[in-house]
Amino acid sequence: MKVIDKDNLGRLLQILKEKGYDLIGPALKDNAVIYTEINGIDDLPVGWTDEQDAGKYRLKKRKDNALFGYVNSPQSWKRFLFPPRLKLWEAGKKGKSLDIKPALFKTSKLAFIGVRSCELSAIFIQDKVFNNGPFSDSYYNNIRQNCFIVSVNCTTAGKNCFCISMKTGPKAKRGFDISLTEVISEKEHYFTLETGSKKGEEIIKALDLKDANEGEISQAERAVQNAETKMGKQMDTADIKELFYNNLESPQWNEVASRCLTCTNCTMVCPTCFCFTIEDVTDLRGEYASRMRRWDSCFALDYSKVAGGNFRTSPKARYRQWITHKLASWIDQFGTSGCVGCGRCITWCPVGIDITEEVKKLRGNKKT
Amino acid sequence: MCIKGCDPWNKLQAETMMQNSFDPMIPFRMRVMKTFWETEDVFSIDLQPVDEAVKTFQFQPGQFNMLYAFGAGEAAISISSDSSKIGSISHTIHKVGYVTGKLSQLKKGDMVAIRGPFGSHWPVDEATGKDICIVAGGIGLAPLRPSVYHILKHRKKYGRIFILYGARTPGDLLFRVELEQWSKKHNVDVEVTVDRADSTWRGQVGIVTTLIELLKLDPQNTVAMVCGPELMMKFCIDELLDKGLPISSIYLSMERNMKCAIGFCGHCQLLPRFICKDGPVFNFKQVEKFFNVWEV
Amino acid sequence: MEDLSKVLHSHPFLSDLDDHYIGQIVGCAQNVVFRENEYIFREGEEAKRFYLIRTGKIALEINGREKGRIRVLTIGTGQILGWSWIILPYRWHFDAQVLENVRAIALDGECLRKKFDEEPRLGYEMLKRFSQILEQRLNVTRIQLIDVYKRV
Repeated sequence: MKVIDKDNLGRLLQILKEKGYDLIGPALKDNAVIYTEINGIDDLPVGWTDEQDAGKYRLKKRKDNALFGYVNSPQSWKRFLFPPRLKLWEAGKKGKSLDIKPALFKTSKLAFIGVRSCELSAIFIQDKVFNNGPFSDSYYNNIRQNCFIVSVNCTTAGKNCFCISMKTGPKAKRGFDISLTEVISEKEHYFTLETGSKKGEEIIKALDLKDANEGEISQAERAVQNAETKMGKQMDTADIKELFYNNLESPQWNEVASRCLTCTNCTMVCPTCFCFTIEDVTDLRGEYASRMRRWDSCFALDYSKVAGGNFRTSPKARYRQWITHKLASWIDQFGTSGCVGCGRCITWCPVGIDITEEVKKLRGNKKT
Repeated sequence: MCIKGCDPWNKLQAETMMQNSFDPMIPFRMRVMKTFWETEDVFSIDLQPVDEAVKTFQFQPGQFNMLYAFGAGEAAISISSDSSKIGSISHTIHKVGYVTGKLSQLKKGDMVAIRGPFGSHWPVDEATGKDICIVAGGIGLAPLRPSVYHILKHRKKYGRIFILYGARTPGDLLFRVELEQWSKKHNVDVEVTVDRADSTWRGQVGIVTTLIELLKLDPQNTVAMVCGPELMMKFCIDELLDKGLPISSIYLSMERNMKCAIGFCGHCQLLPRFICKDGPVFNFKQVEKFFNVWEV
Repeated sequence: MEDLSKVLHSHPFLSDLDDHYIGQIVGCAQNVVFRENEYIFREGEEAKRFYLIRTGKIALEINGREKGRIRVLTIGTGQILGWSWIILPYRWHFDAQVLENVRAIALDGECLRKKFDEEPRLGYEMLKRFSQILEQRLNVTRIQLIDVYKRV
């Protein structure tokens, strides 16, 4: 465990840039803390936090100048690893013949600065999703394998957070290149730093960091414990797969349906949702066509449309599909839950539907 | 895209793809050799490979391709030809939407782009030594035809063979000439029925489950392969179960909306199953639990 | 308390059944009420009873998968709901959902089958009436199948 101050942290980011990484980190934009391209430490949302609740997100000024004092951003790192729109190939048609040209992708080297433990867990989950079965998604893997991850352990938690229930935080245990915990008080401001990989060790070599002393380490631990105590929600995950599979016909889904707008917000902000659709576009002459991959959502009305009809039209069935997939079928498909407890779906639902409440209600109403 | 180690159920599929060695999101090209209408709204196309990578195209009975109609989109269509042939394939397509409409306009010499073969296959190897009961409804005979070809090619390996086929009207029956040949040449019991007909039809009228009812099956020694509209499959499976067939002896081919066809886009899910990757051919016990739930 | 014998007699299905036989089956009868949108039974469930509908309306439906919810028949005042209780394996083939609040007499299948074993003549009288209903339903279904309004 090392200790690093704000200036050296700034230098660390510059070293990453020198090594060819594009920095992606939190910054203030559109009244929110969002993950976007940043130039250095000065772009971070110094002294800002967010207040989240069911259907609510507000920025709030902190009393101190913490760099990572917010909870989480509306969207996750998913939009960089799995871009919302991506061209896959182009095709040309002349007379009877046809030719296909795959799209070229530049090798990206992204450094994610400020990854929360729950978000890191979400990345592991998507690693499994895109490498499951006989095929691998090389579009995802090409970006992912060149990613440098600087994770930041949470020192506060939001009203909608439940990472402890999902066993995904607040402290990141593995999978990062560098992990930081911010300690800030009236007297001092520093970060304890852990490396998690050879890449991480390489980067900090030039900084010649001191080892953290016992006091600094215990301050950092206390800061993380603060997050544990502030955890806003909880979810009982015992036998949760059977709970959902055995209650597919529960009247509760009718009740949720009366509130759910099927607006797809939850799937867009969720860091593990992976559904996409394929769009084929052509020019008016029919000589040129291209294929795009674009995010989709199981809440979209035409998601289950086939030539003979549509397998899932009612809002009730679509909500049930999303929550059952996230918490139950995901376990059969990928071996883990699909939910990391980040609470984004609760924050960004316009009517404040709460996934943890729905589980509680289902346990209360269950058949067996 | 790369091919990785996978579980035995998909192993054969992966091996088939390895032989063809391509990126499954990028289509390769084939040329239309022949197109012809089977019925008023069902047509078949015969294809020959153009790109080098697919000169050795091979598939297992029950697998499907994504057929690309230029600028319009893709449709998931089962391969309906003889799986022992290498390179050339046929598809039998129901013209029912925008993409299939465009595909129906293909002419001899046109190029078409294809991704595949994808999905699981009929248990033609696992079913050796047993009686086979093939139940098809409407267009459902097309995904089963490669299975029939394979079984008839190795006729001696199987016991009694029943092919039960139902369609809406006599005009909707597919492969009528072949059905007759199978019956005559190969010691196969072929029964055909239609839901409704006029007096020019001399065959059976009644739904396809009535054909199952009339069979004297040896339930412990029979493998059933069912394909057709899902509601039809439900009724047929109920009938087969009534006849005493164990759940694990029944196989069916399912259908859902497909976009990527390789298990990533999520559209084809039936709770935990990806129809494109874990199916489309399933052993009924894999889907039995959810098969009758509304809108899953 | 309502005299169920009178109610049974007043229902068209049993209106011409001898008092003697009404007396035998009244022990298997019970007043029931179902609210709008309630399911009286679901496809696949054990068919334990059948219902003489006094008032209300019920829809028989099946899960049409991609075709959505398919309603095959509606049953209303003065009609009967369900005959699967009398034919093995005693399982419902459709869902029955209430469209308008239903008041009905439920007759327990097992109770009746026992009584039929004891008194076959009673069984014969009931089966005669059921056969009529079955024939009507079959004819109606065949005509529905003909699809007389189909656009050519």
